[in-house]
Amino acid sequence: MDALKTLKAAAADPYVYGAAIQAKSGKKVVGNFCTYTLEELIVAAGAVPFRLCGTKEDISLADKHLQSYCCSLVRGGLEDALRGNLSFLAGAVFPHTCDSIQRLSDIWRLNAGFPFHIDVVLPVKLDTPSARTYMIDVLAGCKADLEAALGVQITPERLHHAISLYNDIRGTLGDIYRMRSADPGVISAGDLYHVLKASMIMDRDELLPLLHTLRDELKAGAKTAPSTVGRRVALSGGICNHPDIYTILEECGAQVIWDDLCTGTRYFEGQIEENIVPIEAIANRYITRMICPAKHLSVTARGENLVNLAKVQKADGVIFLFLKFCDPHSFDYPYLKKFLDDAGVPNILLEVEAQLPSDAQLRTRFETFVDMLK
Amino acid sequence: MADQSTAKDPEKERRKIKSVSKMKEIMTTYYIEAKTARENGKKVAWITSGGPVEFLIAMDVIPVYPENHGAMIGASKMGVGLCEKAEEMGYSRDLCSYARSDIACSVTDGGPIGGLPRPDFLVCCNNICGTVLKWYEVAARFYNVPLFILDTPFIHTQFSEASRKYVVQQTYEYIAFLEKQCGRKMNFERINEVARLAVQGLRLWQEVLDTAAHKPAPMTAFDAFFHLALIVTLRGTQIAVDYYQQLVAEMRQRIQDGISMVPNEKYRLLWDNLPVWYRTKWLSDKFSSHNACLVGDTYTSAWSGIMDLIDENNFIETGAVAYSSVYINVSLDIMFETLKKLIKKYDVDGLVMHSNRSCKPYSLGQYDLGQMVMRELKIPTLIIEADMVDERSFSESQIETRIDAFMETLKG
Repeated sequence: MDALKTLKAAAADPYVYGAAIQAKSGKKVVGNFCTYTLEELIVAAGAVPFRLCGTKEDISLADKHLQSYCCSLVRGGLEDALRGNLSFLAGAVFPHTCDSIQRLSDIWRLNAGFPFHIDVVLPVKLDTPSARTYMIDVLAGCKADLEAALGVQITPERLHHAISLYNDIRGTLGDIYRMRSADPGVISAGDLYHVLKASMIMDRDELLPLLHTLRDELKAGAKTAPSTVGRRVALSGGICNHPDIYTILEECGAQVIWDDLCTGTRYFEGQIEENIVPIEAIANRYITRMICPAKHLSVTARGENLVNLAKVQKADGVIFLFLKFCDPHSFDYPYLKKFLDDAGVPNILLEVEAQLPSDAQLRTRFETFVDMLK
Repeated sequence: MADQSTAKDPEKERRKIKSVSKMKEIMTTYYIEAKTARENGKKVAWITSGGPVEFLIAMDVIPVYPENHGAMIGASKMGVGLCEKAEEMGYSRDLCSYARSDIACSVTDGGPIGGLPRPDFLVCCNNICGTVLKWYEVAARFYNVPLFILDTPFIHTQFSEASRKYVVQQTYEYIAFLEKQCGRKMNFERINEVARLAVQGLRLWQEVLDTAAHKPAPMTAFDAFFHLALIVTLRGTQIAVDYYQQLVAEMRQRIQDGISMVPNEKYRLLWDNLPVWYRTKWLSDKFSSHNACLVGDTYTSAWSGIMDLIDENNFIETGAVAYSSVYINVSLDIMFETLKKLIKKYDVDGLVMHSNRSCKPYSLGQYDLGQMVMRELKIPTLIIEADMVDERSFSESQIETRIDAFMETLKG
């Protein structure tokens, strides 16, 4: 299981991995906060997209720029940038999502001091032809900005390579997710979380063979997790930066078998068509993939998706996992809860900041919830 | 805090703005018309405060503004109860208090006017925040009515040609949406007529605000918060034009008669962010007691800030571009340019920033703006942590101490 070990090592200490990328491969590293980052373009420009998920440090420098009622992802990301923890980044790409990230982009551009900064002002609604046209224009603009920032030309060949690379990465991640859903004994939820995290930061050319190896080993019958019988739970929310959640939940008698998270299915779902104009093909994936709540598809798209996901993945329950102060997710919560309630799927809301609630508190909540699933 | 005087003080009476009663009358009539629209065979649309209402007026649809409703809830100090109701419904306390209190009113028919009239459809322009998108999705599900979203790309550095094309295209989609909802064709000539009235209203509103550049100022930002209501709710109508004509005249007369709003105006301050609606009087009195006058603000001038971008003879192609450029839909450095102009125009001595828990796009970045103002203009900033509607986030003793300390440093 060397592949899994390598992936987990990268995810366990992402900044150590990130700092070594350029020396190892000569590739520049591009920071980002979002699954709407047009990673295919970054890879086509010969760089490595590097997902930022907040800090492990106490917030002090970011306090001079951001109020306490801003989420830990935004405050933590800025903290790491200002502390110099991200000095391995050549720059950052900020896709437009929520109000907080929008302002973080300004503050980052004015204070963080990286060589380049690219704003990608994506459409907010994704359900009209004119939004699609605009999306394609924005992609073309982002491509030009990346070319200028990284001093390369993104040729059609490079684009095709990046697209097929991403299709393979995303497809393989989907395979592994489905394998775990079918048999949680193949890989633990905590390990799969690390695989996802690694997939968002590693040199994608290095990543892909590792994912292939892992998938093939699991397919060949390798069991890397104890085949515990437990209730099946799906997570729904923004980012998960707390691997402990998976293990604590397991100890309470439930398994995370699927999710609707930025650090999960929203990262890998959807393939890019390979036989049409590349920029349009990339745009098509971003507008058809399940949305983040900062985007608009229809007023019930996320609710229907969540109920369907629970059904297809045979989830006994759903845990909403939100970062405190995340407006888009909090606004959707009452209606998503109602959709699940109406469908008879038990659910709870867990709001977290940079730190998890105490272990005992979390256990009590999970145990009560797991009892509801029986 | 509470008004101590029982007998009318002639000096205070002289300072009162006489147009206030007219304004109240207009707003009452407006809400009665909106609440009886259905009986009169008219359609009602809910629209965001920064949305292009001109098309609704041209279609004879009655526009209703949940944000104005939120402000009324705040000013009538009914925010806490309604916010708590929304929290019971599952909406986090960290969400916008306009949205929370308005959503609660939809369910309870509560609040100062017993809830807003039910919408026939919704028009959401996200030039002011991402919150309105979520808020209008909630309303669209609750009332089960169509939602039109006018998506105005944020301006970090510049408004791109792609963005221009996108918003113009959406303007035509908006018209088609309205034609479908109303079952009749848009009168295109009428759009430009309404746009002319809107621009005329905006210019007059700006003239009203400009009178506060006079020393001493005939009005304060707190007065602007109140008189703003028509530029939000009746923009594009003759009523707003007539009213602001009257108000400008009154302000000019006050200047001539030497009537200032703050009796001994000595310090001039600029306000940033939405008002603290339930404490406007307290804050106004507090600053007055230091002989300080809030002569201008970034909020009420946000509407008129875009009027020069509107071509009244071609509103369809320029309206949405102008609306995309509002103060809050631009980056901190572009905001700073506007802030500099306001500081110079009103010749202020200090900046008062309301760090408003409800409004992240307005509040996040204030610390940086304050630093820029200090660095470049050598003007100090006071930051007040509060919320526009939810009084639970207002700590009077803490804010009082901060204001006193800030004024002491200004008095130097």
